[in-house]
Amino acid sequence: MVRRGAGPGNPLPGFGAGLTITVAWLGVLLIIPVLACVAKAGTLGASEFISAVWSVRARAAYGLTFGASAIAAVLDVIFGTLLAWVLVRYRFPGRRLMDAVIDLPLALPTAVAGLVYSGLYVKSGWLGQFLVPLGIEGAYSRLAIVLVLAFLGLPFVVRTIQPVLAGLEPELEEAAASLGAGRLETFRRVLLPSLRPAMVTGGALAFARGLGEYGSVVFVSGNMPLRTEIAPVLIVQKLEEFSVAEATAIAVVLLVASLLALGSISWLESRRQTDAR
Amino acid sequence: MHVSGGGGMANGRGLRANGDPLWLRVLLIGMAMAVTGVLIVIPIVYVFVQAFSDGVGAWWSQLTEDPDTRHSVLLTLSVAPTAVLANTIFGLAAAWTLTRFRFRGRLLLLTLLDLPFAVSPVVAGLCILLIYGSQGWLGPWLKQAGVQVVFAWPGLFLATTFVTLPFVARELIPLMESLGADEELAAVSLGAGPWQLFWRVTLPNIRWGLLFGVIQCHARAMGEFGAVKVVSGGISGQTDTMPLRVEKLFQEYNNPGSYAVASVLTIMALATLTAAWALEHWTNRRPTPSGKEH
Repeated sequence: MVRRGAGPGNPLPGFGAGLTITVAWLGVLLIIPVLACVAKAGTLGASEFISAVWSVRARAAYGLTFGASAIAAVLDVIFGTLLAWVLVRYRFPGRRLMDAVIDLPLALPTAVAGLVYSGLYVKSGWLGQFLVPLGIEGAYSRLAIVLVLAFLGLPFVVRTIQPVLAGLEPELEEAAASLGAGRLETFRRVLLPSLRPAMVTGGALAFARGLGEYGSVVFVSGNMPLRTEIAPVLIVQKLEEFSVAEATAIAVVLLVASLLALGSISWLESRRQTDAR
Repeated sequence: MHVSGGGGMANGRGLRANGDPLWLRVLLIGMAMAVTGVLIVIPIVYVFVQAFSDGVGAWWSQLTEDPDTRHSVLLTLSVAPTAVLANTIFGLAAAWTLTRFRFRGRLLLLTLLDLPFAVSPVVAGLCILLIYGSQGWLGPWLKQAGVQVVFAWPGLFLATTFVTLPFVARELIPLMESLGADEELAAVSLGAGPWQLFWRVTLPNIRWGLLFGVIQCHARAMGEFGAVKVVSGGISGQTDTMPLRVEKLFQEYNNPGSYAVASVLTIMALATLTAAWALEHWTNRRPTPSGKEH
């Protein structure tokens, strides 16, 4: 840890050059474009802005974006906890492979995920041939959006819970067991409280990932206004209709929502780290 | 992004919970395998089955005989590495500045760094459009100067760089923070110049972390879709990157072509994972030359 400031007390070189590059990159590539977006939305009159961001179609899109991301995040927390548990606690053939492929959603281009998920769940697809007769439409539906978002968010939950689970002291569980607690009770009373912060953070990360997703959803959802159209798809639709102002207004709403999500995640993280100490 | 969790840390200790009854272990492992299988493994297998359903020859001709597809491959191979290079320079500069110096505004910069993780790629693309597009802030000026940014290579580069900006920096900052500056301070006091310091002291210490960040940044850059789609204008044979080509072929009901391109992207993703995995396991076992392990 370097405690000295940038001043004469610190003999290391490169402060000026490093700061210049950092600020220049952030400014030109990130800050100015985002400000341009906000400024453009600001040029709309209040009534125009409201009619753009609060139209029936836009509200349906927000609802679907938030709802699908939230359901996908809950699924990810359930599946992710299961996977983290199995990977940390058990030894079995294929464990290392399982551990490795969990990162795949981070590396796979989202367009590929979308293409494949749409193919798998249609009536003639590998999984759709069993599911569609049961009335489960996993492609071109709201369920399709949830499925593909759950795929994308899974590694965030697993990788947040895994180190916590691996670092848990065995004594607590042993003590609980020696006091006569069953496995289920030990899990509920001893393990779950220690894992909960990690589960919440992982779920929040998965949720935030889902909010902004476009590439995979555009393939699988069918993009029907009011039914299966998420907010990012609506923005692109508006752009293709040359309604730039309207698109920008909706983008600002999405921007604010993702910033709030990011803020809550850093808050959860800092609280989690204080708890750990 | 990537939190290394599994691997060696649970040695021995993992066996303890085998006190769970066999039926429970089998049940949970079976469920975990089902989840991984349905969500991750089957989709990957499906890409290759579809891509190679008419044989390797057909796959190859899908990739090479369509000039628009060929162009998309070349475009991705030029845009993604350039964006990675820009973000590597940024990542090194930012990590050095933010970990080796304390100054006013440092926390603000650290927070801003995470912005691309939060902003939807579509919004990122729109932001670039609003600056460089024909009606954007710089639009008229750029038109006069005869520079085409949006619907052209520079726009694709800007959009990709926006979305992948934090990857290298986010990998390096915790690493350099944990390494501390002792070696660097010693080198400076012994009279090392800035470049000597970088090549001889800093870089050898951070090279694996840097490589890891670069690999992840590249995976994301080559797969970027939403941001690139907004700024590309979708001109076949000119501004379609590989992911955009996948979509266009899919919309044209050319499934074999779409899956052929998708399979190449999947191979690149699998290569990324393998490299990252190997790097993690290799560096875990082998201490870096300075003897410092993180």
